[in-house]
Amino acid sequence: MSEPALAVDDLRLAYVVRGRSLEVLRDVSLRIEPGESYGLVGESGCGKSTAAYAAIRYLPPNARILGGSVRLAGRDVLAMGTADLRHLRAETVSMVYQDPGQALNPTIKVGPQLIEAFTVLGLQPDEAAHRARDTLAKVQIADPELVLNRYPHQLSGGMQQRVVIAMALACDPTLLILDEPTTGLDATVEAEVLQLVRDLRIEYGTAVLFISHDLGAIRSMCDRVGVLYAGKLVEEGPADEVFDEPAHPYSVGLLRCLPRHGSRKGAQRLESIPGFLPEPGADLPTCVFVDRCPLVDDVCRTEVPEWTMFDDRSVRCHHVDKVPAIVHAELPAGVEVVIDRSTPPVLELKSVSKTFHQHGKKVQALRDVSLSLYAGETVGLVGESGSGKTTLAHTVLGLHPPDEPDTIYCDGQPLVATARRRADDQVRAIQIVFQNPDSALNRRHSVRRIMSRTLRKLAGIPRSEVEPKLRDVVSSVRLTEQHLDMRPSQLSGGLKQRVAIGRAFAGEPRIVVCDEPTSALDVSVQAAILNLLADLQREEATSYLFISHDLRVVRYLSDRIAVLYLGRIMELGPAERVFDGPHHPYTEALLSAAPSVEGNSRPRISLEGEIPSAVNPPSGCVFHTRCPRRLDGDMCSTIEPPLTPTPDGGVIRCHIPFDQLSRAGE
Amino acid sequence: MTRYLIRRLGLAVITLVLLSMVVFLVASVLPGSVGRAILGPFAEQQSVDNLNEELGLNGPVHIRYLRWAGDAFRGDFGESYKFRAPVMDFLPGAFVASLKLALATLVIVIPLGIIGGAIAAFRKGRPTDRIITIVGLTLAVTPEFVVGIVLILVFAVRLKWLPPGGSGDGTIGEQLKAIVLPALTLSAILFGYIARMARAGTINALAADYTRTATLKGLTWLQVMRRHVLRNAMLPTIAVIASQMSYLLGGLLVTETMFNYKGLGLLIAKAAEDRDVPMLMASVFVVGVFSMIMTLLADLLTAWLNPRVRLEGAE
Repeated sequence: MSEPALAVDDLRLAYVVRGRSLEVLRDVSLRIEPGESYGLVGESGCGKSTAAYAAIRYLPPNARILGGSVRLAGRDVLAMGTADLRHLRAETVSMVYQDPGQALNPTIKVGPQLIEAFTVLGLQPDEAAHRARDTLAKVQIADPELVLNRYPHQLSGGMQQRVVIAMALACDPTLLILDEPTTGLDATVEAEVLQLVRDLRIEYGTAVLFISHDLGAIRSMCDRVGVLYAGKLVEEGPADEVFDEPAHPYSVGLLRCLPRHGSRKGAQRLESIPGFLPEPGADLPTCVFVDRCPLVDDVCRTEVPEWTMFDDRSVRCHHVDKVPAIVHAELPAGVEVVIDRSTPPVLELKSVSKTFHQHGKKVQALRDVSLSLYAGETVGLVGESGSGKTTLAHTVLGLHPPDEPDTIYCDGQPLVATARRRADDQVRAIQIVFQNPDSALNRRHSVRRIMSRTLRKLAGIPRSEVEPKLRDVVSSVRLTEQHLDMRPSQLSGGLKQRVAIGRAFAGEPRIVVCDEPTSALDVSVQAAILNLLADLQREEATSYLFISHDLRVVRYLSDRIAVLYLGRIMELGPAERVFDGPHHPYTEALLSAAPSVEGNSRPRISLEGEIPSAVNPPSGCVFHTRCPRRLDGDMCSTIEPPLTPTPDGGVIRCHIPFDQLSRAGE
Repeated sequence: MTRYLIRRLGLAVITLVLLSMVVFLVASVLPGSVGRAILGPFAEQQSVDNLNEELGLNGPVHIRYLRWAGDAFRGDFGESYKFRAPVMDFLPGAFVASLKLALATLVIVIPLGIIGGAIAAFRKGRPTDRIITIVGLTLAVTPEFVVGIVLILVFAVRLKWLPPGGSGDGTIGEQLKAIVLPALTLSAILFGYIARMARAGTINALAADYTRTATLKGLTWLQVMRRHVLRNAMLPTIAVIASQMSYLLGGLLVTETMFNYKGLGLLIAKAAEDRDVPMLMASVFVVGVFSMIMTLLADLLTAWLNPRVRLEGAE
């Protein structure tokens, strides 16, 4: 079969909003050969998902195709009737998207849902059930019978996504569309799911359209990539080449926003792409990227760039020859701040435990966590979900009390267990920045009202003095006064997060808990927010407890890292050492799971099974059930290793001596 | 599931005991002397006191409560002051009549509400949706006596199709005829609530990822609706129907009085008028039990439809 799996030609698509037609895809053409995997990258709002949904013609009622064609395995998707479209979806194309928990019907067992994908192909019920079991085995589910009889909510996120993938593979599709399939999953689970898709793609010979904001995942998965900007494809080529030598200024910007391997806040500020993505439907200039491009000149403003081809690559830029020479933006180098650990810590946790009671069972979410945080220091909290990161943050914030009172100290004073009972200065001292600024800010209030209320209530500033202070706060988070009269809904995600950060800093806190503060943001915005956090920390000597599943981000901002597993600290130490080793076997596995944009990722150490239940933690070392370096004999499974000091002032919880913890290959 | 059931039943028993206490306390603090009410204003004080004594109204309140509750537990709610006959002679008949009316109402309103809501959801934002929503809201805020009177005027007085009121006895045909107008009155009020919830539930289910999954599997529209949308859409609706049960019972009181339909509502209204305390307590208590059973049934239905509720604590 020589027909491409997917051929999109000059596709133009618009959404009609309040009578206005907003163009979101502008002459997009792309071709995916049978068995090929193709990645689409670009910031949110660039049209990645719209392109994917257009390929299967699953579009909201207000979408209008203005021109172009979509052919799936040689068949015209846009022209076919409802019944043909249904057969096409059943037999030729499948889709897997974000949040598998939502993708499965919560009221039906996994079995019938999966079997349905086979009966729709015309199979008899018992044959369908048989095939369903086989497919579950293919997606490496050890006990298909058990899973078939479960409801979706009884499965972990990784298992749910396997079920969804099994469903997608039911028809042995010509094209499999993956739209952010691992977003929201732990790095270890993500690595497993990606590996699974990679293996199955080869086994089934399926072509893949892969959409992700995670450039590392794209690189590890795709043969070719397309870079989409404002609904227009600006660059296309083999994945490795595009990532190693991007040929469009936008691709360059996108890649430079990421904290590179090993970069740190003290050494270098992050680059971000100046300006904003054009609004959907806005009249675009000749070159779509012209307003944000470092290479812009008169030609760019007067002539639409045509495709420039070289080798296997195509780029839409007038100045391809100058792209490799784009200088790094003039960035003030980061300032290395020396943290004074001779003074008493700002925050001290002395053997903090937190037990939840659920249905009469004890869930130990934190056990004997001891940690000090010094002025101006960031401690990054790292671990899979269920490791206790968020519980730790919430306990410090006083959202729930620790098991024992007086185990948490702020500036030497014991912290009152719950925020509700804390005195104003203790509340002010510890603030939080959440992942999602949308739900953290009251959408009915203007930014002015949100901020000035915080200044009055939290910082205790009298009404008459709020105004000048407000201007200080606004400028410190790099917002302008015109933003003050806007409501959160009128601001972009990055600007909203600035407001949230400004709010947290309004009361001059000693400690700010950052719970995945950039996870909902695009990379270019993420870079700006990380720079802002680093600046504020330097100026105010604020300490951060920083939680992120993105290890590059954690490394960039953190001075020390605490690795948690099942509510216990497995390792605590300076960021460089924890990342570069020697490190705990768990840390090692965690680090190896994250796909790298640089491509040269270390060999992945896969962890067996899933994180055990905190209701019934394993005996001995809690990690021994999954540890790739478990010692012979039963030491690991019977004796819990103590936290042993390391030469650099950290601690590590492992029976293997510290000097033998370097990776085997080193 | 068994655990869930046991827990729910345990709660129901506790609620029942509390309810009986409240009913008894409220009845015992009603102003006025019962003896006086029965014997009339011209009776001698001595006979009034004697009668009060005879009726057991003079002991301490907790003793009286325990005696009443003990009797009630054995199915004896005492004697009606007015009729001088056991309350139990009246209660079962009235209960059955009310039950029939409630069921007739539900049979009418649940399908109408769900279908109306679902249609509104499919036509979201279009005129059909607006009309269903506005009609539902208007009916929901119109008092029963207005809806009832309009129905009587149209169907009984003008068209003479149905009787303007009447008891719930006679032949099945007569019973059915008598029940239609009061049931329609109650349905009119409930329609808006149920349709609104069904609309919201359907809109959510239609927009949910699992519906997209089902569509992209290549299922037909009908299969997607039947297997994936409906069940999820109905969950919030059933919760609302359950919460409206207590309204339905309150509505019975007004509606039955208006249509002179011999159910619990009419019994309560009459007993309150006559200061017939044993009758009042018994009928209010039965209404409470009735309401609890309905809520319990609705909760069980929700649990049956929603595995998350059913399996809670089972893992």
